[in-house]
Amino acid sequence: MTLNALVAICLSYVVFLFAVAFVAERWAMRGRVRWLRSPIVYTLSLSIYCTAWTFYGAVGAAARSGLEYLAIYLGPSLVMIGWWWAVRKLVRIGRSQRITSIADLISSRYGKSNLLAIGVTVLAVVGTTPYIALQLQSVTLSFEVFGRDAPGAGAGEPQRLTAFWVAVGLALFTGLFGTRNLDANERHHGVVMAIAVEAVVKLAALLSVGIFVVWGLSGGVAETLARIDASALGSWQADGGRWAGITFLSAAAFLCLPRIFQVLVVEAGDDAHLRTASWAFPAYLMLMSLFVVPIAVVGLDLMPAGANPDLFVLTVPLSQGQEGLAVLSFLGGFSSATSMVIVAAIALSTMVSNHIVMPIWLRVTGDGASVSGDVRHVVLTARRVSIGCVVMLGYLYYSVSGGGGALAEIGLVSFAGVAQVLPAMLGGIFWRGATRVGAVAGLSTGFAIWLWTLFLPSIGAGGVISPEILAEGPWGLGWLRPQALFGIAGMDPLLHAILWSMSLNALAFFTGSVASFPTPLERLQGAQFVNVFQHSAGPRSWTGGVAQTEDLMVMAQRILGAEDALALFAREARRQGVRGDLPDPSPDFLETLERELAGSVGAATAHAMVGQIVGGASVSVEDLMAVADESAQLLEYSARLEAQSAELSRTAAQLRDANRKLTRLSVQKDAFLSQISHELRTPMTSIRAFSEILRDGGTIGDGDQTRFASIIHDEAVRLTRLLDDLLDLSVLENGQVSLNLREGTLGALLDRAVAAASAGEGGATLRIRRDHAAEDVRLVTDLDRLTQVFINLVSNAGKYCDAQRPELHIRVGRAEGRLIVDFLDNGSGIAPEARDTIFEKFSRVADQKAGGAGLGLAICRQIMARLGGDIRYLPGRSGAAFRVELPHEVALAAQ
Amino acid sequence: MGKELLLIEDEPNIIEAVSFLLSRDGWTVRTHSNGADAVEKVLKLRPDVVILDVMLPGRSGYDILRDLRARSETANLPVMILTARGQNRDRELAERTGVTAFMTKPFANGEMLEAVRALAPVT
Repeated sequence: MTLNALVAICLSYVVFLFAVAFVAERWAMRGRVRWLRSPIVYTLSLSIYCTAWTFYGAVGAAARSGLEYLAIYLGPSLVMIGWWWAVRKLVRIGRSQRITSIADLISSRYGKSNLLAIGVTVLAVVGTTPYIALQLQSVTLSFEVFGRDAPGAGAGEPQRLTAFWVAVGLALFTGLFGTRNLDANERHHGVVMAIAVEAVVKLAALLSVGIFVVWGLSGGVAETLARIDASALGSWQADGGRWAGITFLSAAAFLCLPRIFQVLVVEAGDDAHLRTASWAFPAYLMLMSLFVVPIAVVGLDLMPAGANPDLFVLTVPLSQGQEGLAVLSFLGGFSSATSMVIVAAIALSTMVSNHIVMPIWLRVTGDGASVSGDVRHVVLTARRVSIGCVVMLGYLYYSVSGGGGALAEIGLVSFAGVAQVLPAMLGGIFWRGATRVGAVAGLSTGFAIWLWTLFLPSIGAGGVISPEILAEGPWGLGWLRPQALFGIAGMDPLLHAILWSMSLNALAFFTGSVASFPTPLERLQGAQFVNVFQHSAGPRSWTGGVAQTEDLMVMAQRILGAEDALALFAREARRQGVRGDLPDPSPDFLETLERELAGSVGAATAHAMVGQIVGGASVSVEDLMAVADESAQLLEYSARLEAQSAELSRTAAQLRDANRKLTRLSVQKDAFLSQISHELRTPMTSIRAFSEILRDGGTIGDGDQTRFASIIHDEAVRLTRLLDDLLDLSVLENGQVSLNLREGTLGALLDRAVAAASAGEGGATLRIRRDHAAEDVRLVTDLDRLTQVFINLVSNAGKYCDAQRPELHIRVGRAEGRLIVDFLDNGSGIAPEARDTIFEKFSRVADQKAGGAGLGLAICRQIMARLGGDIRYLPGRSGAAFRVELPHEVALAAQ
Repeated sequence: MGKELLLIEDEPNIIEAVSFLLSRDGWTVRTHSNGADAVEKVLKLRPDVVILDVMLPGRSGYDILRDLRARSETANLPVMILTARGQNRDRELAERTGVTAFMTKPFANGEMLEAVRALAPVT
């Protein structure tokens, strides 16, 4: 076969693909989407996971490192079977948020951050470029296999030329079918259909070669198995770490690869298709991997040593003279390569144009142009240019790297790069606490480590990283050695890179998220992403102004409260002269409404909410309502908090007050105890001194002996009285006293009091004046307690009245219905400065020595309080004057 | 005759007890029961030893002691504080004020005699 014939076959195949894509587009335009969007097409489109790397490289990998290649199929299968629900969530979010790419997903989740979008885009471009190069390389290699026979075909320059024209062809095809429309969902029916066809071609090709190898060359299954057992592959030992690492990596890459994301999420029609894909796609992968080992083993047997195992799929049939099969196989590889490049170019160009070219263009041309009609044209151009750039970048990488290196290793480096998006992506859809800061931190950490430990070394020693740095670390810092970070050497470089980049990425993401606070937009997006199944059943569109106003109304009611919102809308309706309560959503009104809402939820949120409803953007009403509810709850909560904090400060004030009182009480208690101590020690001193004198004997006069004994007795009595008073006061103060209510007359009580007092000190000389007629008042009270008060007052007069002829006047009267008993003597009275304290404990009036401990008046005051009355000093009289007041109900019948 | 002692105390029974004890021990005991003019009394009598109550009518024993210490003629006069307040605080206050001896009420007669004897200046 000549090279020209092969080129002709290729061109016909491409024309066939064009036709398929074209027809599919036509069908889509006529609305016959159902067939185009069948689960089978969806599943087949996922097969772009199987690129030329899989098609050619799997056999090569199997020939080099045994069953390790299976891990590359295992990862995506596990994701589709076990993580089905996570993929479903991604698809649902993608649809409800109208996500156009993985960069858009990350950026949108973290508050529409442009920085993140650019970061992910760069990461995707850098991660995908080697991959595109890989496809070009495989196509070139496969051409070379056929061209080897052709006369005049050399190495080097023609190869590069082939690669170049393949790249140009792919860029053209992608540019045509990948940018035909700017559908909001970024769906490309034609491309997807073409990819599905290519999926069938590559599967058929690989299966055909496999069948030929097993039944045509080996002579059946049993013989093939025997051959495998006999080969080096049979005794292959699995490296557990690398196996697990590659499985994880391929699973992560399946979720993060831009092209997979494109078909898995962006092009997804119905998430019910996932149910089919969850078993059909793993089955497809299984079929793809079925004959890899037999082809590898037979290839190793048949082909001369040194033959590139990556090309066994082609060279084995060729060596057996099966040109037709070889061409089919070539087309399979060609399909794998082209479908990957096409979808990757679409995905990357979407990101590049949306997140890098358009923002720059808008900034350069000024804001005014952003709403004009030619934006569409600009976007299309940007996208086409981006496609060209992406494909050419792949070509550049291919020509710079010289087409060396095993296919599988280049693929894995690429996988590890895009897998860095995984923590931010999964965190974003499952964890509301994930923040932009965390995502940036995680992505940049992971990306940097990946660059340093895997990407740069992969370009080859002496490329960017010199062998010295590889061996010694930069600036001789051993712990920074690219393949032995932190001194952990001896690991497989790939595993080493995955381990460090992914774990530090996840750690930085988590730490950054926990340590930072999300913006309102992030919170909104976070809620919508994480709770995508609760909120939106799907995107909704807005029709007409009235519907908008109603929705605005409902939202305003949730935030402002029903009445305020109604009043606001009615006022506006009146102003506009519109009938009913629903005004037109004029710019003026929207501004007013936004200001009103801003008062409750803050300006940014209000703006976002109104903008979302009026603009009819991707946020559904349910989502907004959820946020509104959340805000209302927050407001209520903050009101509660405010109330609580007011209550707290009140409580704190009360506590401070109580503490002051306690401190005062404690000081008073100390003073009181000190007083008691003094009052007890004084009589004790006499008692002890005299009793020791009497006990020790010695010279004591007879009269002295008796006198000493009587002093001891008197002091003992004084002590007893003091203790009685103290106990009495304590009982009264604690409120433990129970009143013994009886009926009696005031006169009788005073009689008892005077009689008791006159027996005491000074009582004999005191003359008492009374008004017996006025004293004929019947009382119901604790008669003994009241008498105790009277005795105290009468005996005080006896003790302290310093008049020549002491006299006490007991006067009975009434004031405002209360019974009043005054005790007025003719002495010099109590000094004004002492009047305030005479009712305090131990407040003996200075310079006046009497038997009491100074508790009498304190006890009187306590008693009167218990009886519901009062006792106080009457100022403005020459002598001492005390007034006892009894409440109205105590005096039963005044006569 | 024996040395002279001035007892400044307002509680009659305690005056009687201390007077009896010290007189029998050979002291000439004089008494005074008001705080206000206690310093003048000391200056007038010039006793060899003073026993001073704290809670006196008119003036506190510590004030009197401070006053005595401030005067050259009584700066070194042996003074015993005799108080019903026997807490450490009171003892410290007395020592800062320059007391010679400190005794709390109630006291053991023997201790009182010993303490007062110790206060007597050697002749």
